[in-house]
Amino acid sequence: MVKVRVWGSLAEFTEGQTEVEIKADTLRELLDGLAGEYPGLRPQLERGISVAIDGRVYNDSWFTPISEESEVVLLRRLKGG
Amino acid sequence: MALDSSDKPRTFKVVGTRPLRPDGIDKVTGRARFGADIVAPGMLVGRVLRSPHAHARIVKIDTSKARALSGVKAVVTRADFGAVPDSVADVIDNCMAGDKALYDGHAVAAVAASSAAVARKALRLIEVEYEVLAHVSDVDAAMKPDAPVLHRGRQEESVPEGYSQNVMSRVEFGHGDIDKGLAEADRVVERTYRTGATHQGYIEPHACLATMGPDGQADLWCCTQGHYMVRNTCAAILGMEQGQLRVTASEIGGGFGGKTTVFLEPVALLLSKLSGRPVKMVMSRSEVLRATGPTSSSSIDVKIGMTKDGRITAGFAQLRYQGGAYPGSPVDMGSMSAFAPYDLENVKTVGFDVVTNRPKAAAYRAPGAPMAAFAVESAVDELAKGFGLDPLEVRLKNAAREGTVASYGPTFPAIGLEATLEAARAHPHWTAPLGENQGRGVACGFWFNFGGDTCVTLNVTPDGTVTVSEGNPDIGGSRASMTMMAAEELGIPYTQVRTIIADTGSLGQNEVTDGSRVTFAVGLATIEAARNAKREMCKRAAMVWGIDEEAVEWVDGAARPAGPNAGKHDPMTLKEIAAIASNTGGPIAGHYEVNAEGAGVSFGTHMVDVEVDPDTGAPKILRYTVFQDAGKAVHPAYVEGQFQGGAVQGIGWALNEEYIYGEDGVLQNAGFLDYRIPVASDLPMIDTVILEIANPGHPYGVRGVGETPIVPPLAAIANAVSAAAGVRMTDLPMSPPRILAAIQGQKGG
Repeated sequence: MVKVRVWGSLAEFTEGQTEVEIKADTLRELLDGLAGEYPGLRPQLERGISVAIDGRVYNDSWFTPISEESEVVLLRRLKGG
Repeated sequence: MALDSSDKPRTFKVVGTRPLRPDGIDKVTGRARFGADIVAPGMLVGRVLRSPHAHARIVKIDTSKARALSGVKAVVTRADFGAVPDSVADVIDNCMAGDKALYDGHAVAAVAASSAAVARKALRLIEVEYEVLAHVSDVDAAMKPDAPVLHRGRQEESVPEGYSQNVMSRVEFGHGDIDKGLAEADRVVERTYRTGATHQGYIEPHACLATMGPDGQADLWCCTQGHYMVRNTCAAILGMEQGQLRVTASEIGGGFGGKTTVFLEPVALLLSKLSGRPVKMVMSRSEVLRATGPTSSSSIDVKIGMTKDGRITAGFAQLRYQGGAYPGSPVDMGSMSAFAPYDLENVKTVGFDVVTNRPKAAAYRAPGAPMAAFAVESAVDELAKGFGLDPLEVRLKNAAREGTVASYGPTFPAIGLEATLEAARAHPHWTAPLGENQGRGVACGFWFNFGGDTCVTLNVTPDGTVTVSEGNPDIGGSRASMTMMAAEELGIPYTQVRTIIADTGSLGQNEVTDGSRVTFAVGLATIEAARNAKREMCKRAAMVWGIDEEAVEWVDGAARPAGPNAGKHDPMTLKEIAAIASNTGGPIAGHYEVNAEGAGVSFGTHMVDVEVDPDTGAPKILRYTVFQDAGKAVHPAYVEGQFQGGAVQGIGWALNEEYIYGEDGVLQNAGFLDYRIPVASDLPMIDTVILEIANPGHPYGVRGVGETPIVPPLAAIANAVSAAAGVRMTDLPMSPPRILAAIQGQKGG
């Protein structure tokens, strides 16, 4: 199981938890798992998010590997100018 | 792709030098073609009719008289666009109003005519019946329960019940216990800070030329930060297949985030489709200011606690950003970045995205971060000085470093904040004496940076020169940087490589030139494309020598036999291999396509001296030094230029620039005479210090540098002005009347 940190305002949709556990080996499995376990997250996941894995930020690379030891943090989708 | 060598620094031959920019002569001689320079035979002139009201229902638009005018070839309103996918619904509504005009300057109709005079006359003949509605321009006013509502039923699920429908989303970040942290503090500063909306101030107005044939194939030339984005967005709006629309980016006279969306382009394409003629559209400066994206204005409450020895015990901020007429202000980025420079046990930010009757906010260099940094860095400065502590030492004491859990969640890898602070402390600027009415300010800033979809093709010509094709408009010198990285990798001179910006038909998808991504992501792809070309050239040499290709290596611009069994062969240079390419398998190229992840975050520290005239309140920037981590500076002069440009835009934001609306919701200063950006005579030379803490996610260690430089200036200047004036400044811009009023208020108090 991978521990995933979500930002504070998402906790309303994760039963009040800012850290949840999801079974996932890749980023795609992580996103699918989050949507399945916590359907309230779906609108935000559909709008797009970024994910920090061990300090590196990923946007869309589905098959980025994730291990149980990985630090995984959901972020608002990064924007730039 | 990881840093090439993490145990010992790589020695570069081209990267890190300062060759002449490849676009320099074209730009100083006027040969460079910007958006408005593009022409086509038989082209028409497109013009836009704009709402004079801040908020109004469009009851009826009668275009019959305009259509009947001789020389008018097409007229469009929103009805002509038909239904569009949800993903671009706000985009087209911003380009051409639907049921309501949502801000002064909102487009309501457009014409294509044989001349500008005919087009202007046609606009006057369009009759629009408006039902004027109550409007709201201020972010705090828009959040009140009785505020006029722009959109109904569009709030995100993140907004709790009870908020105005103008509040579109709410975000919250942080960790620890704020109340506990504040209780540990010896002093708490609690203030509200406000910033005005500022425009990116690019010198080149938006411009495009569109042509669409009866077969549905279309070409578009435009000034943009991302022609692939333009293609995809316009195709979605117009119901076209992306492959039928080829977009070519012109040279660009500045963007800074403001050219990361479309305004004229879908309108020009539809006018061309309806008229059967090419249509050219160019905005006036007034249109640019009224109808293209400024950044958000903001209102931010900050509460920070500190012990008397300078340890920050807790940091809280509530950020309220208005994003103009549609959802999407960068308050989320502001909320994530506000406390990023600090290693805090207790930190929390809450952000609200609010709509108002203003033009939709567009990205502006590190969108959302400068306002947040202004608020937090001002409060930290006030606390440090209140205890008589050195503000640089306080920042060093609390600085985020490798292993710090960032206020927005992740744990930082190697970062350069401490290096910038230590460089600032060691710089002669920090100890230089100050005169009467002068003050010095420092502040730190952070930006995320990112990568994204990127394609590069590198072609070796028969004479051994090299062309690199990339898909990102060159805003900050990327052609020079790509040329340098290709030359470095291939081992050939800079002058033997030319980099071009390819049109959308020539490469795969490329993300917009934003997020400080290009030198990182396109550079990474350029290096890999060059490595692929080198592999191919080694293979060709192996064929000639009759040995295995694994027994050939590329060193200093030539294939060379390697290993004990390779035999003795004279090296074959790139030129020699290129000359026989037809004989050895055909043309030689390398290409690379990637979603580049792993951009490294960036930190900077700014130091500024300001003098304030106590009689007029006029501030003058005396000295300014930027310290920033670039990872690896590919072309240091361009990196310095980014640092300087960010500082100067920050000076404008801090001291002069703001959108001023009248009671009627109409923009009062839609021109550069009244919206004052800094000019050379306002500024000292901006000094720069480049730090190089390698980004482990790039083969040369490159980090993006374009956005971070605009994050610290607002706070650094406010801290300097506050020191010079003897009163804490909390509202931007710090115009002379505002500073004078603060000084007089202080004396009166």
